[in-house]
Amino acid sequence: MRYLPHTPEEIDAMLAAVGAASLDELFASVPADCRMTRAWDLPAPKTEWELNDHLRALAASMGVNEQTAVLVGAGSYHHHIPETIRVLAGRSEFLTAYTPYQPEMAQGTLQGIFEYQTLTARLLGVDVVNASMYDGASALAEALLMGLRIAKKKRRVAVARAIHPHYRAVVRAYLEPAGFEIVELDTLDSGRTDLGGLDALDDLAAVALQSPNFFGVIEDLDSAAAAIHQAGALFVACFTEPLAYGLYRNPGSCGADIVCGEGQSFGLPRSFGGPNLGMFGCKEPFTRNMPGRLVGETRDVEGRRGYVLTLATREQHIRREKATSNICSNQGICALTAAMYMASLGGTGIRQLARLNYDRSEYLKNLLIKAGARIVFAGPTFNEFVVEFAADFRPVRERLLAKNIVAGLELGTLYPDMAGRYLFCVTETIDRQTMDTIAAEVGA
Amino acid sequence: MSATSEPLGTGGLIFNEPLLWHKGRKGRTGMSIPAGDVPAAAIDDALLGEPVDFPDLSEIDVVRHYTRLSQWNFGVDSGMYPLGSCTMKYNPKTNERQAATPAIAAAHPMLADELCQGTLRLLFELQRSLAAITGLDAVSLQPAAGAHGELTGMLIFHAWHRHQGAQRRKILIPDTAHGTNPASAALCGYQAVAIKSDDRGMLDPALVAELMDEDTAGIMLTNPNTLGLFEERIREIAAIVHAKGGLVYGDGANMNAVLGVIDAKRCGIDVLHLNLHKTFSTPHGGGGPGAGPVCVTSELEPFLPVPRVVKEGGSFRLDSDRPLSVGRIHAFHGNFGILVRAYSYILTMGEAGLKQASRLAVLNANYIKEQLKDVLHLPYDRPCMHECVFSDLNQQAQKITTLDMAKRLIDYGYHPPTIYFPLVVHGALMIEPTETECKDDLDQFIATLRTIVREAEEQPDLLRQAPHRTKVRRLDEVQAARCPCLIGPSAG
Repeated sequence: MRYLPHTPEEIDAMLAAVGAASLDELFASVPADCRMTRAWDLPAPKTEWELNDHLRALAASMGVNEQTAVLVGAGSYHHHIPETIRVLAGRSEFLTAYTPYQPEMAQGTLQGIFEYQTLTARLLGVDVVNASMYDGASALAEALLMGLRIAKKKRRVAVARAIHPHYRAVVRAYLEPAGFEIVELDTLDSGRTDLGGLDALDDLAAVALQSPNFFGVIEDLDSAAAAIHQAGALFVACFTEPLAYGLYRNPGSCGADIVCGEGQSFGLPRSFGGPNLGMFGCKEPFTRNMPGRLVGETRDVEGRRGYVLTLATREQHIRREKATSNICSNQGICALTAAMYMASLGGTGIRQLARLNYDRSEYLKNLLIKAGARIVFAGPTFNEFVVEFAADFRPVRERLLAKNIVAGLELGTLYPDMAGRYLFCVTETIDRQTMDTIAAEVGA
Repeated sequence: MSATSEPLGTGGLIFNEPLLWHKGRKGRTGMSIPAGDVPAAAIDDALLGEPVDFPDLSEIDVVRHYTRLSQWNFGVDSGMYPLGSCTMKYNPKTNERQAATPAIAAAHPMLADELCQGTLRLLFELQRSLAAITGLDAVSLQPAAGAHGELTGMLIFHAWHRHQGAQRRKILIPDTAHGTNPASAALCGYQAVAIKSDDRGMLDPALVAELMDEDTAGIMLTNPNTLGLFEERIREIAAIVHAKGGLVYGDGANMNAVLGVIDAKRCGIDVLHLNLHKTFSTPHGGGGPGAGPVCVTSELEPFLPVPRVVKEGGSFRLDSDRPLSVGRIHAFHGNFGILVRAYSYILTMGEAGLKQASRLAVLNANYIKEQLKDVLHLPYDRPCMHECVFSDLNQQAQKITTLDMAKRLIDYGYHPPTIYFPLVVHGALMIEPTETECKDDLDQFIATLRTIVREAEEQPDLLRQAPHRTKVRRLDEVQAARCPCLIGPSAG
């Protein structure tokens, strides 16, 4: 086995050194009634070449592949990934390192994460950003728990129904066992969230909105901040598509207290939904209430600039059950990848790319309207929107699939009251010709 | 001895490199952006943001920046990384390729089951393999990390007790358990009750019997424990907990010691998480992502997170119709790319290879223990599993600490072991070599530590000021925490 370097002679020499007669004798402390007695029935070991064939066959059994035009976002977006990022993020000095607990041998990871924190803070308009959480959904759950910690005695949070349904499910799983109450806020005809009832809710620690929301609509974050703060709650702004802030105002500049969401759009493949990147930031006064790791700048004994993990007294290994979270890792290489992507785009590039996503998605909207479809929500959108077709869309969608196009996500299983409506996503990877093909099929 | 005459670490060619935003010029770009092939659309100016304050860099600016940063880092591919409790084994390169298979890397997580048969099959087969390997009946691959698996386990405890009709408020956690355990339990509202291990580093069933009552949800055990020792009386402990209506959680972080040796179900464990980034060779990524699948008995299967991956006839589908489930704990299907790597590892190793890996991991740890125990204090002198724990007791006369010895190892080209953990050993130095280190490399590491012990006596200042050969030397962590500088200044 090529991963196991021991020769039989070395094993014998080492057994002699430890005073054991056999490898099995090393396990003498394991009682017989704890032992594995069943065979595992695993397939015979594969050579490297057989493994390539095996994965190739699995890939071939997928109904869609990398050539398919997938006009579905819903929290997982197809953006072009430059080869530089694959190469640099694949450097084994980054990839095969552990958490930077020994900063003298991990300055690459540490400066890289410090730069990630900085670029992400600038993007989201917040004062501080942590070294990342598992994904957008768990970041939202942690943000609401953080809101509850800051508010101390309050037991209730409100979340918009226009937040990704899977994110709301994760919030329920995290909050309900501890006895917290979750109120859902309805969606208006504009596609924005109805904040009218907030004043009637007492005991409210935090209110969460997503923008662009699950229906693609940009929430009115300024008015939301005013209403939420008026109700005495913290404003948690969440997102699944951070590229939108290359064009639209970011949540921090609109008054959000905690900003969190999914960073997969920045250089990470969709990869069936993971690994993803939970981005998480807040206003400065709340820094010490944050979950997750933080990298900070300092000096070494000779006065040189360097980086360390810091403010660890918030974390589980020091504070045990009183920690701000149980999280004990971050999505290290994913955060570094996102920083590489932001650095590759630059301030000029992110505006250009965001604008292209917007223009192309508006182009498809207009084509579909001309073909007789209705855009369900009137509010402004970024690269996703909800469509209702005049006739049954399913046969059209089947015909498009035969042309290697996945045309939108049907919403009925996620929102029963929206059955027959479709959520579309258009990024820079969807060219004009594909959109013209879709419109032609709809009009046919 | 070669370790002293020619250390692994050299000064090397190490470049200085500024922060990203001190590089570049406005108007450069590091990425190609498709041309606009559609008309510009109108936009509401009131919603338009300020330009984002990112530096503009060319492609080579980005490439040199990250290449230089990477050269300040040390990974498993650079050298031995004997970090106790972290299982820093070799990360096979082919696994990276498999995760990057184009149709798999491009798979969207929310499409219809019939379009995702390949990825669903992979999940199903990995679940089945992990069930067989642990001896448990059912597996969820959703948890994104070990601590996330612990949280999922506690959610399962909570949901199960609720289903039994009475919620409980406490949970037993031994002092040899992982640090995340109390924080994970607290998220479910459980109050952690600590249990002290005995003078052999073992958990005493009598103590468990004393503390276990009908207001206690169960126990969280790490086995082998964080001293690297096997909890021999685990079945007895499990029986005590079960008799009072509690459940047993097994932290499988140390599974690399016991593949093919223990059967978690026969040990009495009801819920166990695995760290695929430890035992199953996926890279640690400088902090993540990992994966922390949760394995349970058939009795607890209804409580696993949704969706479940099930097989019907010859095809696979997602099933969310599980009314007792704890719900969803990840937006999609967990850290799927990591699962592909672990799946590839299992297919490569096979049953015999995996079992041999544990045997060699334990051999390597015992070999280091035997070769160093005459110079380093060994608080629990018993056969160990995959890691051994020393302390700095012998060096106290020279006022040399574990930290000093760890930092000196860096100069010799080794990543230090885990230090000051487990907490039950004062000044702990916890060494986990893993099975992928060969005898020659272990011998060199042993010789290096012996050299350092001698330096502690003869030139203690060399240790106190170490490391000497790195890009930066000891960093002021107190200052970093006192006046936190967590993001760089804005250009304005």
